[in-house]
Amino acid sequence: MVETPRPRRTFRRPSVIPGFGISFGYTLTCLGLIVLLPLAGLVVKASGLGLSGIWDVATDPRVASALRISFGVSAIAALVASTFGFLVAWVLTRYRFPGRKLVDAAVDLPFALPTAVAGIALASLYAPDGLVGAPLARLGIQVAYTPIGIFIAMVFIGLPFAVRTVQPLIAEIDKEIEEASATLGATRIATLTKVVLPPLIPAVLTGFALAFARGVGEYGSIIFIAGNLPYVSEIAPLLIVIKLSEFDYGGAAAIATIMLGISFLTLLAINLIQAWSRRRFGYV
Amino acid sequence: MSEIFSPISVPAAKPAQAASEGAATRGVLIGISVTFLALFLVLPLFAVFTQAFSKGIGAFLDAFREPDAWSAIRLTLTVAVIAVPFNVVFGLAASWAIAKFEFPGKALLITLIDLPFSVSPVVSGMIYVLLFGSQGLFGSWLIDHGIQILFALPGIVLATVFVTFPFVARELIPLMQEQGTAEEEAALTLGASGLHVFRTVTLPNIRWGLLYSVLLCNARAMGEFGAVSVVSGHIRGLTNTIPLHVEILYNEYNFVASFAVASLLAVLALITLVLKSFLEWRFAGELAHGRAH
Amino acid sequence: MNSRTAGHTDSPLDRPSTTIRVESVSKTFDTAAVLHDLSLDVRAGELIGLLGPSGSGKTTLLRIIAGLDAPDRGRILFGDDDATGLAVQERAVGFVFQHYALFKHMSVADNIAYGLNARRRADRPAKAEIKRRVGDLLDLIRLSGFGDRYPSQLSGGQRQRVALARALAVEPRVLLLDEPFGALDAQVRKDLRRWLREIHDRTGQTTIFVTHDQDEALELSDRVAVLDRGRLEQVGTPDEVQEHPASATVMKFLGDSVEVEAIAEGGRVLVRGRETPVVAPAGIIGPVKLYVRPWQLQLAEAESAHLSGTVRSSYRTQGRQRIEVVDAEGRVLAVEDFDGVRHPAGHPVGLRINGGHVFG
Repeated sequence: MVETPRPRRTFRRPSVIPGFGISFGYTLTCLGLIVLLPLAGLVVKASGLGLSGIWDVATDPRVASALRISFGVSAIAALVASTFGFLVAWVLTRYRFPGRKLVDAAVDLPFALPTAVAGIALASLYAPDGLVGAPLARLGIQVAYTPIGIFIAMVFIGLPFAVRTVQPLIAEIDKEIEEASATLGATRIATLTKVVLPPLIPAVLTGFALAFARGVGEYGSIIFIAGNLPYVSEIAPLLIVIKLSEFDYGGAAAIATIMLGISFLTLLAINLIQAWSRRRFGYV
Repeated sequence: MSEIFSPISVPAAKPAQAASEGAATRGVLIGISVTFLALFLVLPLFAVFTQAFSKGIGAFLDAFREPDAWSAIRLTLTVAVIAVPFNVVFGLAASWAIAKFEFPGKALLITLIDLPFSVSPVVSGMIYVLLFGSQGLFGSWLIDHGIQILFALPGIVLATVFVTFPFVARELIPLMQEQGTAEEEAALTLGASGLHVFRTVTLPNIRWGLLYSVLLCNARAMGEFGAVSVVSGHIRGLTNTIPLHVEILYNEYNFVASFAVASLLAVLALITLVLKSFLEWRFAGELAHGRAH
Repeated sequence: MNSRTAGHTDSPLDRPSTTIRVESVSKTFDTAAVLHDLSLDVRAGELIGLLGPSGSGKTTLLRIIAGLDAPDRGRILFGDDDATGLAVQERAVGFVFQHYALFKHMSVADNIAYGLNARRRADRPAKAEIKRRVGDLLDLIRLSGFGDRYPSQLSGGQRQRVALARALAVEPRVLLLDEPFGALDAQVRKDLRRWLREIHDRTGQTTIFVTHDQDEALELSDRVAVLDRGRLEQVGTPDEVQEHPASATVMKFLGDSVEVEAIAEGGRVLVRGRETPVVAPAGIIGPVKLYVRPWQLQLAEAESAHLSGTVRSSYRTQGRQRIEVVDAEGRVLAVEDFDGVRHPAGHPVGLRINGGHVFG
């Protein structure tokens, strides 16, 4: 009579590799104290205001205008960043030209360059007497201290996200698929639009969403070029800083909650895009 | 019959282009990309240095004769020296637990570790103000006990740790997952203790990935602006990091000094980029794949 | 741990061998049972092959013996010592991994010396002694002069030998090999098999290896343990398991066979009313399945044939002739015969059964 062995119910699958308890415990402790507890503080503060309290803050004309600017400009900037990002990614993976590696490395510049440094550099370049700002001013275009300045800064910080999300997928495209399409009589344009591009759409959308989320939250590289005129070029993160300096923690928490809520929806959208992509194309 | 075999006039074939664009198209696309990148990415970097030296080397060096500049540099180094090793230890622990073991809820844990990347820098600083500020959750308790977190080193370190929290872990987790546990098991069967295995087998296998992530983590720790700006209080000579010092100088219209100090950070960024590219080129196989921050 | 104390100056090749006893071991992963109440005795100095299809639990059993996995129930004994509670480091086993698991960042010599260098200072041999022992082992695996190379600079077969040397360096009580030749190509496999057998004959080390390749198990082992779905089907010498398979599973796993409907009565086995030389186990009466190897079938005249069909194809390979016959139900019967006559496809033939097995 053989008893059926009962499966051992343990939290983790048993293993001879040592150190799970200490490393897992340390991970949770750090995560809890550094990340989760402070974020929970924000949730507590925001829920203290209640939905109507948050709504009151959001409909304050200055806050509403800042939110509109942050989200609106970021969407346009993300669109431009993902369009040019796609082109850059395509050129970098598909073509060989002198200095390609250097250009490839330069794409990461906005990751490496501190945002404040980028901010003052952009501000000086696009100021009415700046290297780029002066010729534009002669054309009647003012960049600095307008939403266009915010747009420039957001494209700057969003670009690497757009490039780096599509680049690995372009590299993985099977050359034979394009050749097959060509042997079947398709023109190059038809091959690109019907065969090559459709599977890349999810990655482009993901890159767009990442650049968008980054743009909405960005502070350092924007405030110098934006000029921060209320109702014209004031972004939501700056308004948080202003509210904090006035000890209006409730108002700051409300704006942060709205921003986090929309960022969360963006992240959710990314996950849905990726889930759809996995089903449709078998990869992210 | 004869028509069938008669030669059909075929336009001169260009087999090299069957699956690529023509040379002219290629040239135009390369031109647009390079111009765009030069204008948007490289020009600002260039501007930092031209502005810094616009009044000559003497004016550039004057920026570093300020004691406030040196105290900002000291503070930034102090913060990095605390925050980076902290995140290295955390990253090693997290990747060990997540990559070498099977347990439920792993995906959620990874998402939570990644969370700071999707939070605005300003909000990252703000959450500590809500906890430790005078009107914050623990504010009055801290005042009663004379503990200063906000507008002091601890607050700056906390905010920096928060924004750089995922850097090491998210590089090492996929790397260790890729490497599996076979080498560790082999070392254990040969009688090595757990720590010895970690030191002699695991660590050498992840060393380049670790260095890579430390580089990026350090660049962000030294350059963080938004989060630190919220918790620092901008006390000159005391709680100003290099980026905050740059901001103050700029707002005082002291542009040369501002760009001079900023050029320090720009050089750091360039060194980081060069080393990062070198690691990616030389040790591609020993880094985690798929990097998009 | 006697075998691990310092001051060994003798060759790594003479060390005492030990018996291994697996006692009612059960193991479940998640909810799938991998081993069912499995017991196995391995004799001292024996080379035993764990043979089974993938998913039979053979690798899990090996890992449980090594201490890399823990059994849910049951015990592992090395000699008279209960090893069940011992950590893998304390078991003094030499384990050779399927994909070698060599340390990529260490030279061949450092790989081999790893286990010795990992000991506490008091137990660690002197540097010169370690060097000497690594040299001896490099000689043994015929890779003298390769000590400074890195694993990436070696061929698959060379890596395999380094993995073995690394396991032998710590003077293990038992040697465990997981699919040792699985990742190698055919010719290298054959060479390494012979070489492993030679090394075993010189060291007399109790050795267990896992394989899914019948030829490998039968050629190399003193005894073969056949596993199927977490149960031990049979243990015996290669001759025993081939001549007296304990079950249909063993029979099927050890080579091609044909299943024939038969009737058992009074110890005799009849096919289509005609008697065969097969003896039925005592107490088996009525309809049974008779398992016949290709070489136990012979082309025969209709009046002495047990089976009939038409030739589908016939070809020669390595001095043997193989004929595929299709019977009335469309089943393909493989026949190995040596009559040297060509049998054209479509030709009707009769088949006589010269042997086979019936299982209870």
